[in-house]
Amino acid sequence: MQITVTVNGEQQSGDVEPRTLLVHFLRDELGLTGTNVGCDTSSCGACTIHVEGQSAKSCTMLAAQIDGLSVTTIEGLADGDTLHPMQRCFQENHGLQCGYCTPGMVMAAVSLLDENPNPSETDVRIGLEGNLCRCTGYHNIVKSVLACAAESHGASK
Amino acid sequence: MIPASFDYVRADSVDAALAALAEHGDEAKLLAGGHSLLPLMKLRLAAPSVLVDVGRLDDLRYINDAGDHIAIGALTRHRDLEISTMLAADAPLLAHAAGHVGDPQVRHRGTIGGSLAHADPASDLPAVILAMGGTLVATGPNGSREIAASDFFTGFLESALAPDELLTEVRVPKLDTQGWSFQKFNRRAQDWAIVGVATVRANGSTGVALVNMGSTPLLASAVMDAVKSGANAADAAAFANEGTEAQSDINASSEYREHLARVLVRRSLEESGLA
Repeated sequence: MQITVTVNGEQQSGDVEPRTLLVHFLRDELGLTGTNVGCDTSSCGACTIHVEGQSAKSCTMLAAQIDGLSVTTIEGLADGDTLHPMQRCFQENHGLQCGYCTPGMVMAAVSLLDENPNPSETDVRIGLEGNLCRCTGYHNIVKSVLACAAESHGASK
Repeated sequence: MIPASFDYVRADSVDAALAALAEHGDEAKLLAGGHSLLPLMKLRLAAPSVLVDVGRLDDLRYINDAGDHIAIGALTRHRDLEISTMLAADAPLLAHAAGHVGDPQVRHRGTIGGSLAHADPASDLPAVILAMGGTLVATGPNGSREIAASDFFTGFLESALAPDELLTEVRVPKLDTQGWSFQKFNRRAQDWAIVGVATVRANGSTGVALVNMGSTPLLASAVMDAVKSGANAADAAAFANEGTEAQSDINASSEYREHLARVLVRRSLEESGLA
């Protein structure tokens, strides 16, 4: 079946099987391999993207379900060479170890701050419950998200 | 993991969804948010030959004040329930429990209708709707009918919905809530409950329902009777596993689940204000 999706602001079309998962459409058809497949059972969050601006797990959606909708992947966050503030805060706060969960963590964190611009540390930890870091690098991930929230409120770094 | 092949039909209206169900019969499954069905299909535990996608029926995405009850469209997402000020005021148990389904990504896509129609005894919302004495509205080729939540869950992943019916609305009574509690015991934040308890005390009566204590979500009838007879929380909670059929699995033995049910019912009754 033919689908048309707005991905990172650009209209993309593809011919997919109804059973094609969104994450495979993004990776294999569009070559957007920043979105990782981790557990493949909607537990780990490595495949987190935004659908219509909200975080979602692309391993648990059909490409067919997003026909006509807009999707943002990790590749769509930066503005050219300028990192998205969340990406920069992960970089500055060393919010990663092996990096595998990072794209999903960043996408989940951006969605979290959209919904709660001024979260407590507990809010961040609970808000990222859908994303697992097998390096257990949560401390600096939480620090990165809090830094990004503080920055957007004009607080000094 | 890739699901088995199927044909995909996107319904753009309730009538179109019903027509697709009539055409394909029990070969077809309805797809809403997909966060219960797609994992089963990826594991090949379900292999419907036709998926009827009702996920775009935005007409069924609403939370409305309907006088003595709140009417919730079946396609309303968990996130919408979680942040609804109307539910926070008149059905706080439901708003709170919706915020504990899965994780944020799941709550952005999953729907109340999908969660109830999937009829998983380990899911949160079926027990919540049971405890609140909710009503479900099913729409089929001959119109709509109301089904009491207590008649809706008929077996493991089985409901009173006929193969040609679509769950269209969920109604929860506007209760003069004196107290409520939702207890969810799990090992990882995003998991299903190993055991859960939903309690609401309102209008002079107490509703208590159990998550994952049998093949369906269950009303804790013996606990409710004991409370009605004047038992305190600890004494009433002793009846928590009466009528249950808890399973043993990788997370817990049935004996441990029965113990958890007694402990969590006591906590739930106490948190909802029963001495």
